[in-house]
Amino acid sequence: MTGISTETPVLELDDLVTHLPVRDGEVHAVDGVSLRVRRGEMLGVVGESGCGKTMTALSVLRLLPPGGRIAGGRVLLGGTDLAGLSEPDMRAVRGSRIGMVFQDPMTSLNPTIPIGRQVAEPLRLHGKHTGAEIIDRVIEVLDLVGLPAAARRLGDFPHQLSGGMRQRVVIARALICEPELLIADEPTTALDVTIQHQILELIDDLRTRLGMAVILVTHDLGVIAGRADRVAVMYAGKIVEATDTKTLFGNPRHPYAEALFEALPEHAAGDGERLYSIPGLPPDLVHPPKGCRFAARCRYATDECRATEPELAGQRDGHDFACFHPVGDPELTEPTSVHEIRARGAAPRQPERVGTPENGMGEAALLRIDHLVKNFPVTSGAVLRRRVGSVSAIADVSFQVGTGQTYGLVGESGCGKTTIGRCVVGLERPDGGVISIGGRDVSRLHGAPARRHRGDTHLIFQDPFASLDPRMRVDTILAEPLAIHGVDRAERSRRVRELIEEVGLPRDAGQRYPHEFSGGQRQRIGLARALALHPKLIVADEPVSALDVSIQAQILNLMADLQRRHGLTYVFISHDLSVVRYLADRIGVMYLGKLVEEGPAESVYAAPGHPYTHGLIETIPVADPWAVRSPHGITGELPSAAKPPSGCRFRTRCPLATERCATEEPVPRPIGRDGHRAACHHPLHAPDTGHRDGRASTTVPS
Amino acid sequence: MSELADSSTSGTTSGTAPRPMWRMTLEVFAENRLALIGAGLVVFFALFCFVGPLFYHTDQVGTDLSQAYLPPGGGHPLGTDEVGYDELGRLMVGGQSSLEIGLASAIIATLFGTLWGAVSGYFGGIVDAVMMRAVDTFLALPSLFLILLLAVMFTPNTLLLIVVVAITAWLAPARLVRGETLSLRTREYVQAARMMGGGSGRAVLRHIAPNAIGTIVVNATFQVADAILLIAALSYLGLGVPPPHADWGNMLSNGTDYTQNGYWWMILPPGIAIVLIVVAFNFLGDALRDAFEVRLRRR
Repeated sequence: MTGISTETPVLELDDLVTHLPVRDGEVHAVDGVSLRVRRGEMLGVVGESGCGKTMTALSVLRLLPPGGRIAGGRVLLGGTDLAGLSEPDMRAVRGSRIGMVFQDPMTSLNPTIPIGRQVAEPLRLHGKHTGAEIIDRVIEVLDLVGLPAAARRLGDFPHQLSGGMRQRVVIARALICEPELLIADEPTTALDVTIQHQILELIDDLRTRLGMAVILVTHDLGVIAGRADRVAVMYAGKIVEATDTKTLFGNPRHPYAEALFEALPEHAAGDGERLYSIPGLPPDLVHPPKGCRFAARCRYATDECRATEPELAGQRDGHDFACFHPVGDPELTEPTSVHEIRARGAAPRQPERVGTPENGMGEAALLRIDHLVKNFPVTSGAVLRRRVGSVSAIADVSFQVGTGQTYGLVGESGCGKTTIGRCVVGLERPDGGVISIGGRDVSRLHGAPARRHRGDTHLIFQDPFASLDPRMRVDTILAEPLAIHGVDRAERSRRVRELIEEVGLPRDAGQRYPHEFSGGQRQRIGLARALALHPKLIVADEPVSALDVSIQAQILNLMADLQRRHGLTYVFISHDLSVVRYLADRIGVMYLGKLVEEGPAESVYAAPGHPYTHGLIETIPVADPWAVRSPHGITGELPSAAKPPSGCRFRTRCPLATERCATEEPVPRPIGRDGHRAACHHPLHAPDTGHRDGRASTTVPS
Repeated sequence: MSELADSSTSGTTSGTAPRPMWRMTLEVFAENRLALIGAGLVVFFALFCFVGPLFYHTDQVGTDLSQAYLPPGGGHPLGTDEVGYDELGRLMVGGQSSLEIGLASAIIATLFGTLWGAVSGYFGGIVDAVMMRAVDTFLALPSLFLILLLAVMFTPNTLLLIVVVAITAWLAPARLVRGETLSLRTREYVQAARMMGGGSGRAVLRHIAPNAIGTIVVNATFQVADAILLIAALSYLGLGVPPPHADWGNMLSNGTDYTQNGYWWMILPPGIAIVLIVVAFNFLGDALRDAFEVRLRRR
């Protein structure tokens, strides 16, 4: 696998340098990158945001932002240097010899043009086909990417398709001219995990069938593992390590690559250890530092690293890294499992938490949700707003969260998890059911008592920037909850200083505005604001999904620290099961407004009872190339919540569904210890029998 | 714990000391040549109209027909008009009422319109529907017709003109701010304030209005220019401030009676003054629009 082939590569980057203009100079976004991709090979390019991975991809197509230019090096596509081509010649290459898939399928399709014409566009531009041939070819390609009933959908507009279908259309458009090279830039980041699985399978399948070369640009190590043949890890505009996937995952040699693996929450799941987080931030690429660019954040850095820049070189063929003090094992050539994480220094095991995780339904339930129902009206007409139906966002959900515990809510987008969070903090008023916090029903409160209650709960938003007023200084932002609750001025400024200290922000942070901070620091500001009033319960809605892996680890550690120090109770909402598993004591899995399964985190993860939970766990991209990957995952797409399926809402996508599932709605039943419940007629294992084979219990319908 | 400290301290390595937002706004503003020209012109006219008469004494009340129609030169740098007023002195005095009415009506219209739009957009629903239909109704009336009607019913004076211009001018900021509010009220920081128990007043005054300030200020500068033009048009039609007061509009109107006689000094000075002040305020508005976007280009 690591052997050097004599075949000429489809694409070869030779010392590529790309500059982008900014206000005070030029960013060296790509600084001497050399890569090669062969026919039928998938090359993964990984790195954190701002490391130059997208700019590398855009440089290949010469689609750089205004003012950006290739300042040096060669881009060889089958021997021709694209960097030197004239613009008309370059246009003949784009879309014809190189296909490109961008991150967000909604914005990469024109909403005013039917998809058939959009897919045909590259063919019209490059090919010499007649109208009928073009239509045949469009249908063929749409079939190829798995768009059902393609021939009838040519006239559909992008908004009539779901996110996953849109991305299939974008891929079809990239493939219609049978390019030699497909560049996919974060093709699944905007999609749900079950859809992500389907799209990755599709790209993988097309590569083998069409023999294309693929460059997969992503920040997600799990997406790379098991799919890419070779991986290039980028940091601050340079490649720091490049090798085949198994070698990288099994024996990373560059400290940055190693640190990225250690920061993954799945490596610490369950054992309560702190995650390793890379301190600091990537360097400023307008004035890049001398020496190794990672030196400032590296645990092994010496004076040599800070003075001279290491070359990208290898001790073996096919494994290159740029480091003077490589980690890992120089002898290991054929690793067989994921790199063993070394001793993490003095990372203390988390002491036992307050409350008893063994007994999740224990006496000290802080948050109690009973038969919660929330419907959103669907209206038509601009003036009279006729109610034409309703979307069932939450349908009869009940669960409890003990004091000092973390409850993880997982599910695909649109499953109602965010709505539950908003109901708990009072941003939405439920249509039915009870939300009680500390024994008090808060869902019916009005006026002053409602406002007082707001001090007990707080919501942390997904996008830390959007939730901070851009025109307020940080100290004003942090003082706002205190001002609302009538704290006097002197006490406010004392508390603000305390909060800044507590979440590890720089001391002068109060005088600055949110835009002056990095994403991770902004989320710290969000956490500080949440803590201002000493709340008992914090609802965190995807608090780390907008952050890079290393920063994500910092925030997760901070959240765990704060919980221990203040006995906080968290409701942690996320689509990312590995993050939830790291932090949560109990997990609730939601599907289309229903809580389909809940129980202790380890139990739900190790022995899922509901077929949906099982499928969800199967589809998570695990950062382990040796992991057995189920080719199936969850098929199909989420049905509309305006017309949820009868009976069990998951039955339309469930492999085990029977007639009973369509007629009778399953109620949550215990399937394990510690209140592990699942709402399924055919759970994968029966009560009290632990890990018996799935289908055995399904044969006896009661 | 150590890694927490590490990450926080190295986060400030960007080097530059934090700059207050108004400083950055000012810096971007100062980079814009046209903005400086605009600001310079506005300052010049303000000094010219309000400080100028203190040094350049002329009689702008008593008429002296023996001094009528004098071309520029001698004791009258810009000549005299048909009743013997010194043209330069009249330009100063006339500019006072143009600027006063323009600024005052723009400020009133902007404040009222902003409040109207913000309340309408924030509360939405039936409140929004009623308030916006009121705006639509006013917009349906031709503003010049409305003003003419009011000017005929009442004797025009500075105060009345301010009110009359403001009545027609507040509709534009009201609509703009309402649109802005519709998007701002769904922002997460507004929701965060609500979630903490903050009331509507806090949301509108602390979060929505400051974040709409760019739109509001830019619109206000254009309002000033529009108001000056509107006053000029009214005066041109003979419905401006009554004699012996003057403004640039009725100076121009008087001058055009003598186009055939070649008395250019009665036409060009007020005409050029109107054009320059309107252009100056428009430059100012454009520059402010860029300056308020400063947070979008942080690098």
